[in-house]
Amino acid sequence: MDIGAIQIEKKQVVPLINKILNPIIFVLLGLAFGSIMIIAVGFNPITVYSKMISYSFFRLRGISGSIKAGLPLMLCGLSVSVAFKMNLNNIGAEGQYAMGAILGGWFALFGPEMPIMLKLIVMFLLCAAGGALWAMIAAALKAYWNVNETIVTLMLNYVALLFLDYLCYGPWMAKKQTTAISESIPKGMHLPDIGNTGINAGILIAVLIAVFLYIYLRMTTAGYQMEVIRNSRKTAEYAGINVRKHILMVLGLSGAIAGLAGFVQVTGVVHRVQAQLPGGSGYTGIVIAYLSQFNPIAVIIVSILFGGLVNSCAAVQIMGVPSQIATMLQGSIMIFVIAGEFFNHYKVSFNSAKRDRYYKIDRNQHKEIEGVKQ
Amino acid sequence: MEKSVILEMKDITKRFGKTLANDHINLRLYQGEIHALLGENGAGKSTLMNILLGIYRPNSGEIFYKGKRVSIKSPKHAVELGIGMVHQHFELIPTLSVAENIFLSIGQCKFILNKKNMEETIARYAEKFGLAVDPAAKVWQLSVGEQQRVEIMKLLCRDCEIMILDEPSAVLTPQESKEMFRTLRKMADEGKTVIFISHKMSEVMEHADRITVLKGGKVEDEMLAKDATVERLTKAVVGLRSLEKTVRSPIKENSSLLLEIEHLCVHNDKGIDALKDVSFSLRQGEIFAIAGVAGNGQRELAEALAGLRKVKSGCIRMNGRDITKSNARQRMEMGISFIPEDRLQMGLIPGMNMKQNIILKKFREPEYSRFGFLRNKSIKAVTEKYVETYDIKNGGIELPVSMMSGGNQQKLLVAREIQCDPVLIIAAYPVRGLDIGASEAIHRILMEQRNRGACVLLISEELDEIFDMSDRVAVLCDGKVMGIRNTSETDYDEIGRLMSGETA
Repeated sequence: MDIGAIQIEKKQVVPLINKILNPIIFVLLGLAFGSIMIIAVGFNPITVYSKMISYSFFRLRGISGSIKAGLPLMLCGLSVSVAFKMNLNNIGAEGQYAMGAILGGWFALFGPEMPIMLKLIVMFLLCAAGGALWAMIAAALKAYWNVNETIVTLMLNYVALLFLDYLCYGPWMAKKQTTAISESIPKGMHLPDIGNTGINAGILIAVLIAVFLYIYLRMTTAGYQMEVIRNSRKTAEYAGINVRKHILMVLGLSGAIAGLAGFVQVTGVVHRVQAQLPGGSGYTGIVIAYLSQFNPIAVIIVSILFGGLVNSCAAVQIMGVPSQIATMLQGSIMIFVIAGEFFNHYKVSFNSAKRDRYYKIDRNQHKEIEGVKQ
Repeated sequence: MEKSVILEMKDITKRFGKTLANDHINLRLYQGEIHALLGENGAGKSTLMNILLGIYRPNSGEIFYKGKRVSIKSPKHAVELGIGMVHQHFELIPTLSVAENIFLSIGQCKFILNKKNMEETIARYAEKFGLAVDPAAKVWQLSVGEQQRVEIMKLLCRDCEIMILDEPSAVLTPQESKEMFRTLRKMADEGKTVIFISHKMSEVMEHADRITVLKGGKVEDEMLAKDATVERLTKAVVGLRSLEKTVRSPIKENSSLLLEIEHLCVHNDKGIDALKDVSFSLRQGEIFAIAGVAGNGQRELAEALAGLRKVKSGCIRMNGRDITKSNARQRMEMGISFIPEDRLQMGLIPGMNMKQNIILKKFREPEYSRFGFLRNKSIKAVTEKYVETYDIKNGGIELPVSMMSGGNQQKLLVAREIQCDPVLIIAAYPVRGLDIGASEAIHRILMEQRNRGACVLLISEELDEIFDMSDRVAVLCDGKVMGIRNTSETDYDEIGRLMSGETA
C-alpha cells in the first residue's frame, strides 16, 4: 500500500520482543491520552494513576480483587481465543455464559439431594454443557449450511440474556427480594477462597483450562488440524480432515469454556443466579482474546490486568473523579492497545529524502520527454 | 529499414535485501522488433519488466527512452511514456463489455458514456492490427484467447509504443497462440515494439527477432533469433548443469486395469455440468495425459477422482470395486495421490512451515503422532530427509513455505504425494509456472513413479509435456472426451485440433 509519502508493508514475521514491548508502549500512550481527560476535570493525572496502580496491584486485597474481577473475563477470553484459532468468530461468549449459568444454576437451586461435592461436579458439567450446546446451535448452522457464525452467536446472546432475565424476574425470583435475583444456592456449593489470600479457587479452573488449551493447540493432532483448517479449508478437505466435525467440536469447546464463566461467577461470587449476570464479560473477553493474541496463557495475565483496571477505575471515583471519566480511561487504554496491534503486523515507513535523491536529478528531463510526446 | 533504438536500459541493478535480482543488466530494444526475454524463474525477468513499468525503482542504472534519460516513477508514468504490459492474469471486469473495459483502462469515463463512439474506435484498431474482438461482447462470454486480445487492445488504445507480454502463450491452445503471434508481428510491422517473457525455447526461436537470456540476475546471452539454437539457449538458460533425460521403461504388455471411469457427470462450483459423460480407463504403469485448454472440466475431473467433488452420475471403479461414493480420506488410504493445480490454494498451506506441510496427510500415523500428540522429533527428522532426497532449497524448515520459491514448493508437494507409494497420482499442471530445472526434476519424479508401476494421470495444456511424458492421451473439451490416442500414434496437429473442439 502506498499513501502519499507513507508506505505500509505487511511484516512477514513479528519478533517476540515487539510482541511484548508493543502493548506496553501503547498502554503508556493510552494513559497519556487519558491524562488529558483527567486534567480536564481538574485532577493531577500522576496522583490518579498512582492511586489506581497501588489500589489494584500493590495490596493483597487489591490483587485478589483484580483476579476476582478478571475471572469471568479469563474464561470468556479463552473461549473466544479457542474459536478464533479456527477463524471462527464466536462473539456469543456472553450468551453461552448466561446459558451455562442457567443450566448449572437450575441444578444448584432445584436439583435433587445428593452429596454436595457430587452436586458441585454435576453443576460444573451442566454449566459447560449449557454453554457448549448454545454455541453448537451456531456451529451446526455453520457446518452444514455455512451460516455466518458471527451473526448467529450474537443473536443468540439476546435470546439467552432475555431468557435469564425472564427466569430471574419470574419463576426463580427470590421471595423478599426486590431485585431480579434467585434464592441463594446451598452453602456447601460456594467456591472457597484459596487459604487466606482472598483469591477465589475459580482461578484454578481458569488456569487449568488455559494450560490444557495451550497444550491442545500446540502439541496435539487436533490442534494441528485446527491450524490447517484455519489456514485453508480447501486444503484441510484435500487432506481428508473432517472440517464439519472440527467446527462442531471447537465451537462446542469454546461455548463450554464460556459456560464455565457462569459456574465460577455463580459459585464463587454471586452465589445466586442473577439477571444480567454476564454484564458484558463476553464482549470484554473478545478484546482480551485479541490483546493476548489468542495465547491462552496471555489471556490469564491480560484478564487480571483488566480486572485490576475495572477495580481501580472504581477506586478513583472515591477520590472524586467522575465515574464517566473512569470508564473513559478504560476505553482509551483499550483503544490504544488495539490500535497498537496494527504496528505489530505492519511496517510503516516514510519515503526518505535519501531514497528520492537519485531520481530528483532527472525530473527536468522527464518533462522534456513529455514535451517530445506531445 | 534501419531500426532505431527506442529504449535502452543501462547497468540496471535491483536489490531486494541481500539478493541481487538484477545485476548490471543492459537491454536494448529497437523500434518495431519482437524481443523475447528467456530465463528460469528467479532469473530476474519480472523484476526487470517491473522496473520498466515503474513498479520498482532500480538501485542504480539508467533508462533511456527515445534517446532521453528517464526515470519511470509509477505505472501511470510508464503508461504516459507509452509502455504497457499484458499480465499473465488478466485485469478485466467480467460483467462489463469489451468496450467498457477498454475505456475504463484508458480513463475516458465521463459521466455519460458514448458507447457508440467507443465501439467505433475499437473496431478501427481491430481492423488495423487484425485483432478480432467484438466490442459489444461481455468479457465473461469470451474465451481466454479473446480476453488476451482485449488486453492487447487496451494497450493499443492507449497508444503504447512498447508492449510487454508475460508468458502470453501459456493460456492458449497451439492454434490460438499461433494467431496471437501473427497479431504481434503485425503490430511490430506497424512500428510497435513487443517484448515477451517466455519459458518455451521453440516459440522464442520461431516468433522473436532477438532474444535476451537472463540467468541469476545477469544477461547470460543475447542473440538474433536466426542465430539461436536449442543447444545455445539451453546452455544459456540452465548453464552447465546437465539435464538428465528421464528414462522411460517400456510399458508392460500385461499391465492390469487400475481405474475405470464410466459415464461420469460432475458439476462445477456454479452447479453447471463440467464433465459430460466422460469414460476412460487407466492402467498400472502408464502416464495417461488429459490434454485440453484449462477450464474445460479438468479441475472437476481431478477433484472427482480425488474424492473432493460429488459425482452427479456415472461411476468410478478401482480394481473392479466401486469407489464412487468414498470420501477424500478413503481415497487417500486407497493410494490415490493428488497434486492440485493451484498448490497454494489446495495442497500446501503457505502460512505453515515445511514440517507442518509434510505431515498434512499422514499426521494420524503412529510415526508422527502418538495418543493424539504430535511427535516433533520424528517429524523433524523426516522433514530433513525430504529436504536432502529431493533437493528442496529453503530458508529453514521452520519458515512458512510461502517464502520458498515456486519450484521448491512444488518439489515439496510432489515429494509428499509420492512418499506413500501411491497407485494413482493425479498431477494437475505439475510444472505450470516452474523453470526448466524444476520442471525436469518434477518430470523425472513422475516418470520414476510410472516405471515403479504407479499410474500417473497427467493433466496438462502443454503439448511438449504431453508428448514427452505420456503413453496415452485423452483430449478434454467442454467437459467431453474428444478422443483418446496412443501418444506415439498421433501428432501435435491432431491433438491441437481436438483441443479446439473439432471432432476427428
